[in-house]
Amino acid sequence: MVTIEVNGRELKAKAGDMLIEVTDEAGIDIPRFCYHKKLSISASCRQCLVEVKNAPKPLPACATPVMEGMKVFTRSPLALAAQKGTMEFLLINHPLDCPICDQGGECELQDVAVACGSDASRFVEGKRVVPAKNIGPLIATEMTRCIHCTRCVRFGEEIAGIREMGATGRGEHMVIGTYIEKSIDSELSGNIIDLCPVGALTSKPFRFSARAWELTQVEGVAPHDSVGSNLHLHLRSNKVMRVAPKDNESINECWISDRDRFSYQGLYSDDRLTVPKIKQSGEWQDVTWEVALDMAAAGLQEIGEGEQIATLVSPSSTLEELYLAQKVTRGLGSNNIDYRLRQGDFRLDGAEPAFSWLGLKISEIENLNAALLVGSNTRKEQPILAHNLRKAAVSGAKVHFINPLQLELNYTAGQQLTTPAGMVQSLAAVAKALGATGEGAAAKVIDKAVADDDAKAIASALKDADKAAVMLGNIAAAHPDYSILCVLASVVANASGATFGFLAEAANSVGARLAGAMPHLLPGAKVAAEKGLDVMKLQKLPRKGYLLLGAEPGYDFWDAGLTRNALESADLVVALNTHTSPALEAAADIMLPIAAFAETSGTYVNTAGEWQSFRGAVKPLGEARPAWKVLRVLGNLLDQEDCEYTSSEQVRDELASLCEGVMPDNSVGKTESADLQSAVDGLIRIGDVPPYALDSLVRRASALQQTKDAAPAAICINAEEAKKAGLADCDSAVVTQDGREATLPVSIDANIPDGCVRISAGLAGTETLGAQFGEVTLEKA
Amino acid sequence: MNTIEVNNKADIFSTEIRGEIDQWVAKYPADWKQSAVMAALRIVQDANGGWLTTELMNDVAAYLDMAPIAVYEVATFYSMYELKPVGKHKICICTNVSCMINNSDRVVDHLEDRLGIKLGQTTEDGRFTLKEVECLGACGGAPMMQIGKQYYENLTPEIIDSILEGLE
Amino acid sequence: MVNEVCLRTLDLDRPWLLEQYQSRGGYEMLTRILKEKTPPEEIIEEVKKSGLRGRGGAGFPTGLKWSFISRNAPGQKYVVCNSDEGEPGTFKDRDILRYNPHQLVEGMIIAAYAIGATQGYNYIRGEFWEPYERFEAALKEAREAGFLGENLLDSGFDFELHAHLGGGAYVCGEETALLESIEGKKGQPRFKPPFPAHFGLYGRPTIINNTESLASIPMILKEGGPWFADIGVKNSGGSKLFSISGNLNNPGVFEIPMGTPFSELLEMAGGVKGGRKLKAVIPGGSSAPVIPGEQMMDLTMDYDAIAEAGSMLGSGAVIVLDDTNCMVKVLERMSYFYHEESCGQCTPCREGTGWLYRVISRIENGQGRQEDLDLLNDVAARISGRTICALGDAAAGPVAGMLKHFRDEFQYHIDHKKCLVGAG
Repeated sequence: MVTIEVNGRELKAKAGDMLIEVTDEAGIDIPRFCYHKKLSISASCRQCLVEVKNAPKPLPACATPVMEGMKVFTRSPLALAAQKGTMEFLLINHPLDCPICDQGGECELQDVAVACGSDASRFVEGKRVVPAKNIGPLIATEMTRCIHCTRCVRFGEEIAGIREMGATGRGEHMVIGTYIEKSIDSELSGNIIDLCPVGALTSKPFRFSARAWELTQVEGVAPHDSVGSNLHLHLRSNKVMRVAPKDNESINECWISDRDRFSYQGLYSDDRLTVPKIKQSGEWQDVTWEVALDMAAAGLQEIGEGEQIATLVSPSSTLEELYLAQKVTRGLGSNNIDYRLRQGDFRLDGAEPAFSWLGLKISEIENLNAALLVGSNTRKEQPILAHNLRKAAVSGAKVHFINPLQLELNYTAGQQLTTPAGMVQSLAAVAKALGATGEGAAAKVIDKAVADDDAKAIASALKDADKAAVMLGNIAAAHPDYSILCVLASVVANASGATFGFLAEAANSVGARLAGAMPHLLPGAKVAAEKGLDVMKLQKLPRKGYLLLGAEPGYDFWDAGLTRNALESADLVVALNTHTSPALEAAADIMLPIAAFAETSGTYVNTAGEWQSFRGAVKPLGEARPAWKVLRVLGNLLDQEDCEYTSSEQVRDELASLCEGVMPDNSVGKTESADLQSAVDGLIRIGDVPPYALDSLVRRASALQQTKDAAPAAICINAEEAKKAGLADCDSAVVTQDGREATLPVSIDANIPDGCVRISAGLAGTETLGAQFGEVTLEKA
Repeated sequence: MNTIEVNNKADIFSTEIRGEIDQWVAKYPADWKQSAVMAALRIVQDANGGWLTTELMNDVAAYLDMAPIAVYEVATFYSMYELKPVGKHKICICTNVSCMINNSDRVVDHLEDRLGIKLGQTTEDGRFTLKEVECLGACGGAPMMQIGKQYYENLTPEIIDSILEGLE
Repeated sequence: MVNEVCLRTLDLDRPWLLEQYQSRGGYEMLTRILKEKTPPEEIIEEVKKSGLRGRGGAGFPTGLKWSFISRNAPGQKYVVCNSDEGEPGTFKDRDILRYNPHQLVEGMIIAAYAIGATQGYNYIRGEFWEPYERFEAALKEAREAGFLGENLLDSGFDFELHAHLGGGAYVCGEETALLESIEGKKGQPRFKPPFPAHFGLYGRPTIINNTESLASIPMILKEGGPWFADIGVKNSGGSKLFSISGNLNNPGVFEIPMGTPFSELLEMAGGVKGGRKLKAVIPGGSSAPVIPGEQMMDLTMDYDAIAEAGSMLGSGAVIVLDDTNCMVKVLERMSYFYHEESCGQCTPCREGTGWLYRVISRIENGQGRQEDLDLLNDVAARISGRTICALGDAAAGPVAGMLKHFRDEFQYHIDHKKCLVGAG
């Protein structure tokens, strides 16, 4: 520690820290543009020049390490002259278009200009004009306003991990941008909107829609992946106008994914469900809540037998909603409730961990020295976790993937690319390389495995690492042999001394387990005395009555076709949804409009087991109501006991007391079945869920739907397999799965392994198909 | 398990060009292939009639495992790379102080008159481009110019005429 | 005492050949060092004693620079030569590369030995194709003769040296921009600290010296530091290559002792062309503030004398201007240069160099305003000392110098919308 003096005030600081870090910490304001705490130092804007005693020239606070006894003056005549000088230079070529600039009112240049600028310009020459380039649907550019701070450039290189923005040309002709007309494709791209200190990079969907001073800011929690990024929601007239990150160093630092930033657009899509509806003689009619709820309650009661009722809930629902959904269901005498809509293998039920989680804190990921990710497209599934993983990899961690598709990574990692059945063998080979034998099914698979060089490399990376983790991702969770992968991953982790963890899929996948939204677990992750049926059985053995919560047939289920059959054969389908769709309208009998993201209070438990509660930011659209209230009223109408909640906090607190002492735990038991359900004779479908197909909200976020990551459904297949099937790029082909067909374009993709065809799920055009992972045949259309 | 070649480098450039670039790559540490980007751009520019297309820059990026934008940055920063077509002979005339006070204006005028183009332009037959450049470090021979790799010093209209006549 | 160090082989027929270089004792010093395993500290000490200061323009003591490197630190270290000669008026390193490349090679090998580097690069500006080919040929000869490669002359010392060609950017003459450029990036100077001695090429400890500095090393060691120091004067040891150009009868490169009167140098260069009056001299490359002719005739060519006169010796590039020159036009051209060559990262330089150029251009073209002269001084002052590298200072220096000594010419342009020189 050293002692320095700033403006006469004594400060303690760590030797070698930059001056600006010390003054920021002490609340001493020094203007800056290029400096950003999360980016490398550029020291180029020259706005943070300050006077340091005995230095002949003013020094940049961002690039001046503190030294014992240093005396600094941030507002002395010399410092102010330097700051004013820089400001004048920044303004000479900056357009005077503040009145039409979206950044107006929240512009760092404007703010500093007020403090350091002059009221008249001495510059009488023509100002620089920079033609704007279209960089995609998310970010609007007005590069004439750019002050060349290069934050966006450094963000790409250092945080997003792909260099998309650059500074081409030199001198005053230097232009920040993509050089060629090209979209910015990083899943974290929107953060450059926040980083840009001026109006050069602004939000395209938000553009010209509101002024900063008209907005009110409330806090929120991101509703998509299991990170639970902290948000600031910016509102006007009861409408979410835009979303920005809220700093939370232990979760999302100061970043959010594009999905979390732009999905709010889905709130205002045309197909939002805003009035209760009932289907009469095949026609949908708007009705009052009273009528709809009475009908729903009466219909459920009419079914009589509890086991004939199934409740299928989206893991994007709040903890309170999930808790009440299971309470209502169990009140009807049924344990048939499940949130695992995209899971296909339940052989581990009973032996899998109850309160499964990441296995470590999010902020600990960057300290890993090795990681093995099984069935995970982390960058697209949990972008913020991927950012942390990248930090680890960049500082030397050995990262390996076992996947059925080659990923575009933004760091160096080992990728084992293989079929779904091959994934099981690869993971077993790693276990074997570690000398593990396993029990039950695992033992059988490991016994047959061959520890090849790849497996040995992974094994030694995990074993030699100080801190290592083995993690299962979304693809693993949807894998036909999830139970075996899970057991094997646990064996590998135990044998190598690594942490075992789950990269949960949705905002509340972990919370759903605590809320008891499972057939064999009660709230508090307690084992139910009577077990219900899992989501697959609830569809394979159709029930008479279904209650859907936030789940959309055709898009949110492992086997879309199976879901349709089950729902269509039911006597009663009551859907509590935010949006409607033709598939939902075909399947449901009663549609109850519920509050969406930002419209309801609630709680999410993220993959690190952290409970994060939030308030409703805006009133629900139309007559939509928070689902917890709808479920409570339903409970009341069904004469269920203890259903008199007056606030969501009350619901949460009740659940919290049931969860007291329940600790996250990833210990896995054993299973006996070693049958490889993923082993097929022909082609197997890889039905991953693309990031912008994850849930009802994001599927309707119009700007995100125009990005590269929102490609329409296609048959992606490598050239060799395409040739075998007689297909070429751009062909259209008929894909047949479980006797159901879809016609889709063919895309030759070298990232798909032999024996596989990637037909992503959750996309329009795939509603008729079967399991996310299952045998398919292809035929030229 | 099948491995995927991310980009097949044998498909990029001719064998000769690859060989030339590889010689430069070999000068630098193995994990700093990027150091050869300036040489690679120069080599492919020479092979492409003196200028760089976006496709060529992308190829250099792929060949050296760089982000395309990093190659664009380099190609647009250094003045010797041309991003638009140029004539067969690029005539670079220094007009910096020492040349200026030794009448580089006259060199420019003479060339402009003779070729019927202005600085920054290319003759219609595609043979000549005139380019104003900064000090080329031959001020003792001012006024001077560079054509291709060759310096020509102590220029007079007569000398310029004979130089141009000697070019193919 | 002319042509004693870097140009000492100039009288030979083909001095760039190894055989001819060796006929004058070339590589003897290196051979001796390698055979006798001279302690590196001794070499650095000798260089310190020589008073050699960086010949690229900054004039930082070479021996001191070398001593900043921790020789025994593990890992790769680099020796880099700066042959990116681009300061307008400078053309001396080109002659070293063309006529005495082996002495540079020998100097670099010795420098590498002194700091414990096994790899070196010579950054040659991209336009210098002929000098580059001469240097490459010298490398090939040196390699074949066992002066480069592994285990040089069985000493156990390895050193490999390569040329790196630039692409046309003045700013790459700034040492950290040059390192960035070798790394395959834009030539944007790095902020310091850290200095290259700690964080240089590829993040490794690096010394980077000008061509002339490194080419001086073999003679300094052969004849001894004091010998070199004594050629020159106090604070300006040795001889120096002066590039003298402009309105002269015999412009060229002259290697003469530091402290030689300017009048003698002017004489060597054949005097002012056409017998015209000496109006002004830019004594150290275009970044150096101009000095009026009469004053210059009383000065000696060394660091202190030129600095006392309010300018700098810089790279030793002397631009001689006769009385036909309009100083507004001269400054306009120089300002255009800095505006063209600014890398663009620092705000004051990126924005300020263009501003300076435009205002001067307006004045030159008869559209000057009364307030413009103060504005120029003020803008120059706001660039100076506020940027990462010295290019900002280089752009500001000439403005201040011109306005100090030739304000009347600028004022005349503003008042009369035409040139004083032409009018006179």
